[in-house]
Amino acid sequence: MTAGVDLSPKAQAIGSDEDVVRVRQLVRTVAVAVKLSLVDQTKLVTAASELARNTLVYGGGGTAEVTVVDDGRRRGVRIVFADAGPGIPDLTLALTDGYTTGGGLGLGLSGARRLVDEFDVDTAVGEGTRVTVTKWSR
Amino acid sequence: MERVPVLKIGDILLVSIQIDMSDQTALALQEDLAERIVETGARGVIIDITALDIVDSFIGRMLSTIASISRVLDAETVVVGMRPAVAITLVELGLSFNGIRTALNVERGMELIAASHDDLGPDEEMDDPEPGQAATSV
Repeated sequence: MTAGVDLSPKAQAIGSDEDVVRVRQLVRTVAVAVKLSLVDQTKLVTAASELARNTLVYGGGGTAEVTVVDDGRRRGVRIVFADAGPGIPDLTLALTDGYTTGGGLGLGLSGARRLVDEFDVDTAVGEGTRVTVTKWSR
Repeated sequence: MERVPVLKIGDILLVSIQIDMSDQTALALQEDLAERIVETGARGVIIDITALDIVDSFIGRMLSTIASISRVLDAETVVVGMRPAVAITLVELGLSFNGIRTALNVERGMELIAASHDDLGPDEEMDDPEPGQAATSV
């Protein structure tokens, strides 16, 4: 582990377009710090971009929290996207390629899931949505 | 909001994206390009994404839309300089670059646009055929 690299958890509020850009930059910085491969960095930052946009567009804004995780064998990056929006009534449908209620391509949630190693959605109608993703170093 | 500059070189418009674009910046670029194509009568648009370290579904859709708009306005779009990690991620995300022409770099992109004009050349001159040459153009 390199001394001087700050690996403490970091949070980024998501309230605007520019914040989605900031989430990408934050995730990239942490992914580089834990030495994910270039392809894995690219996949994680792309997934984060999709999920941060979802938090903004569907959740009405929220936060992204980026943490370095360690399972004893390898390190990874975990990101939790949380909003207090309307929630997802039909998660299976929302995870279907091409399904969208927002006029996009319908690849945000389903595509992001393919780009990470662990993917978990916790949602309740009227309460909000929490998406947790993890990418491990190889 | 930052704007992406559009440069005119001969009858080609060159866009080199050097910033991490917010969604609004991407939409503004789409509109700027449509206006510049009409204003300049450009026959080709080259979008250089060498500096982009990710292309998510929003940027992917913007590139598709630009290609469609320019086709309607009688210009050819070529996307150049995609990084290998970006290409891998795009495919896994599920984004198909249908209808988008790609080339490895700006130079090859310009060759591609020049070649597609040569193909059109004989057809455009069919109204006024030289005897013996018209037969080759059909």
